[in-house]
Amino acid sequence: MTFAGFARNAAYAFGENRLTLVSVVILAALVLCAIFGPLIAPYDPLMTDGTARLVPPSAAHPFGTDALGRDILSRVIVAARLDLGMAVIAALLSFAVGLALGAIAGYFGGWPDRIISRVMDTIMAFPLFVLAMGIVAALGNSVLNVIIATVVINLPFYCRFARAEVNVRREQGFVEAARMGGNGAMPVLVNHIVPNILPPMMVQVSLNMGWAILNAAGLSFIGLGVRPPTPEWGIMVSEGASFIISGEWWTFVFPGAALVLAVFCFNLLGDGLRDLLDPKRRV
Amino acid sequence: MKAPATPLLSIEDLSLVFRTRHGTVRALENVDLTVERGEIVGVVGESGSGKSVMAYAALGLQDAAAQVLGGRILFEGLDMLAAAPDVLAATRGREIAMIFQSPRTALNPIRKVGHQIADVLLEHTAVRRSDLRQRAIEALARVRIPDPERRYEAYPFELSGGMCQRVMIAMALACSPSLLIADEPTTGLDVTTQAVIMDLVREMSREARMSTLLITHDLGLAGEYCDRIAVMHAGHIVEVAPTVELLQRPAHPYTRQLLASTPTPRSSIDQLVSIPGQLPDLRSDLPACRFSARCERHVSACDERPLPWTVISPQHAVRCRVPL
Amino acid sequence: MHFFWKRLLGTIPSLIGVVLVTFVLSHALPGDPAAFFAGPAANAESIAEVRAKLGLDRSLPVQFFHYADDLRRGQLGNSLTTGQPVLNDLIERLPASLELTFFALLFAVAVAIPLGVWAATRPDSMVDHACRALVSIGAAFPTFFIGLLFVYLFYFLFDIAPQPLGRLNEIMYTAPPRITGAYTVDSILAGEWSVLRASLAQLVLPSVSLGMFALAPIARITRAAMLQALGSDFIRTARASGLPARKILFSYALRNAMLPVTNVLGMVFSFLLGGSVLIEQVYGWQGVGAYAVNAVISSDYAAVQGFVLAMALLYVLLNLVIDLIATAIDPRVRFES
Ligand SMILES: Nc1ncnc2c1ncn2[C@@H]1O[C@H](COP(=O)(O)OP(=O)(O)O)[C@@H](O)[C@H]1O
Ligand SMILES: [Mg+2]
Repeated sequence: MTFAGFARNAAYAFGENRLTLVSVVILAALVLCAIFGPLIAPYDPLMTDGTARLVPPSAAHPFGTDALGRDILSRVIVAARLDLGMAVIAALLSFAVGLALGAIAGYFGGWPDRIISRVMDTIMAFPLFVLAMGIVAALGNSVLNVIIATVVINLPFYCRFARAEVNVRREQGFVEAARMGGNGAMPVLVNHIVPNILPPMMVQVSLNMGWAILNAAGLSFIGLGVRPPTPEWGIMVSEGASFIISGEWWTFVFPGAALVLAVFCFNLLGDGLRDLLDPKRRV
Repeated sequence: MKAPATPLLSIEDLSLVFRTRHGTVRALENVDLTVERGEIVGVVGESGSGKSVMAYAALGLQDAAAQVLGGRILFEGLDMLAAAPDVLAATRGREIAMIFQSPRTALNPIRKVGHQIADVLLEHTAVRRSDLRQRAIEALARVRIPDPERRYEAYPFELSGGMCQRVMIAMALACSPSLLIADEPTTGLDVTTQAVIMDLVREMSREARMSTLLITHDLGLAGEYCDRIAVMHAGHIVEVAPTVELLQRPAHPYTRQLLASTPTPRSSIDQLVSIPGQLPDLRSDLPACRFSARCERHVSACDERPLPWTVISPQHAVRCRVPL
Repeated sequence: MHFFWKRLLGTIPSLIGVVLVTFVLSHALPGDPAAFFAGPAANAESIAEVRAKLGLDRSLPVQFFHYADDLRRGQLGNSLTTGQPVLNDLIERLPASLELTFFALLFAVAVAIPLGVWAATRPDSMVDHACRALVSIGAAFPTFFIGLLFVYLFYFLFDIAPQPLGRLNEIMYTAPPRITGAYTVDSILAGEWSVLRASLAQLVLPSVSLGMFALAPIARITRAAMLQALGSDFIRTARASGLPARKILFSYALRNAMLPVTNVLGMVFSFLLGGSVLIEQVYGWQGVGAYAVNAVISSDYAAVQGFVLAMALLYVLLNLVIDLIATAIDPRVRFES
């Protein structure tokens, strides 16, 4: 076997799954930060220190300090809870609502389908981030409303996916059999169809999670939802931005890197899960 | 009739495998076949027996996974397996042309059929750009497509399957090749269209003194249109004979089974026998005679390598130790 | 010919949906909008007056009708922050945003399509894997973070980019006379080449950072579509006809692959229009996005709604254009309708 051939096979057999594994490990670490953040963090993330403003990364402050002398490492760690929390809650909510709506549309067809699909089309007629801005502006500037906006703009993806999957499965033998056995529509949907579409839907969730994080962080970056001094990656990047032209890069690089890491790992995990579930759909 | 000294196309002792993730597919083994000038030669065998692989190899168009283990393919003295890519590209479409099954997908769906013919003309002939359109329309007219000026502007999806195959034939014949390879050209077309297309192929071959390699799973079709027939089974050519002789005195047990399973105007459906067994898995270790597992005449000598050709008459040979 | 009108008609449900949603959003304001607009010093009487003036005492369908009628006449209300009609503000700033989005799209397409084609011609090779890794990493970077990183690297560290403060260095150059509002176009029209150069220089970093996120979807779909096209029967025919490899790759395979690619452009524009808000914020770009961010922060509802509506209409229009391009590429789509 040539070297190139060997490298190719090794990359194939080992690489993709190993990357998935790495991403799982990193995500687990982030989740630990989210749960135990305040315990792990070396400093109080809100504690200001007038004598240690804008200190570059050092042994005492591995990620440096910000303009108010707060420890950036601690803030990055503690922020995991809010950032991941917003994204996870939003993704799960839109998953649940999207699944329900999509299943109804796909199973019953007819006017429920037409109405639900029309609503989803209307959401998709907006640039999604812009719609999210509009929703937060209308409902009020709060974390809850950022989550609601994220749910709304994610909804069409789940709903359409569930609708298509249910539509395919509705005609399959085991469903017919259950229906013939005298089961009503709801039991058939809940007991026979939904369990079968859960795995591909979960892949969709992890593929979507990175995007949910980016959206929530983007909204925080422009000042929606989270307010200072709450530690959150997007708002920390935005606070650090003013120090770029004076060269204090650590103020925005570390929170930004945390965002990149989280999004990248969710994307990898999603890709890995999809490959596991359906190798043919790799693109 | 005396055959000329060198045939137009000769495939000599060709062995070809595919290296895949799931093992080595021994698609062709010691394949010999010649096509003389002006002759229509049929290659008949079940689906999966390697007919298409052989045809692509004759064009020098093997898949990236293919590996030639031995043998050569000479077309007018040019070694199709060793020639430089640009020489091959200049030969394809001009000297050797090919038509395929499912003509509707074989044409570019978003390009006008006239332009697709013009592309080939532009590549292989010294036609002036201003004449290109006219030449393409002539090519369409030659295969008797009604209203060729209008058809020039058509997209494949606007044409019927039979019409698309005519376009394919027009494209293949546009540069007057000396060899046409037709790979299942009528599969998927309805019965009347099949006959029309095959008559067209035959007429064109005769008119232009073009050789034709007709690949089909239908022995009846080959029997009607070919001068000579080669029977292929699991990557082996098992019998070659002039058509009449092959149909009347098949020497290989597989040929006889093929014949028995071929409908003729006089046979009724219930007289047809299907061929017992299946093609062997080409990835497994194969016996010397790949038909042995399906053969009721199998004797222990059959398992000795190499499997020799038995000459029945000057034009009729069979690869079987116990021919009929 | 008639497919054009059909497509145009097909946008009407989207338009109605968009107007309905913005109407609903305008009525979802927290608290009593009449009290809000009447100001802090209002009493019950003046609130009722404002309510009547805003038409908020009518039934919802009537209100919707008035709302739609206002839109038809271009009445988007006045901005609290600028004191100008929102429509004027938007028209003033929209060209800047469009210019930015256009260059971002140009960058994304110019990089991602060749990358995807290259990867598809060598599937599972090192090149393929490298492209994929690169593109996945690009997709994980928040747009605003890339923007800031670029400023830090190319302006602060290497000092090769101009100051990231808007569309033109107003100290050294004066903006060209306004014709389209896009500085690049206007400076060409005015023949002011130094201004053109300067405005292009200002555009490089913002449009590259904005386009970065669009690389992944375009490159991925190009690769997949090219692989599919290259494996299809008509490519086999083209090879068997001895057409040159270049022609097979570009005018046969790539043209067929462009159809799925145009179809993801809708998603790409959604990213770009949303991301431009963030990038305008980072680069001090005086477009509608920066305007909207200010409006959101200062609770300038009329301005926010005008912005959301304008972006949605623009997006519907872009999707129409994409549809028309797809129709031009693929005759089958043309005949289906
Ligand atoms: N690119 C390829 N990779 C692996 N195996 C192949 C490839 N092309 C053809 N084969 C195998 O070669 C054998 C012959 O195929 P083919 O020539 O298409 O048969 P047919 O006689 O029906 O035309 C089949 O077993 C097929 O699976
Ligand atoms: Mg075949």
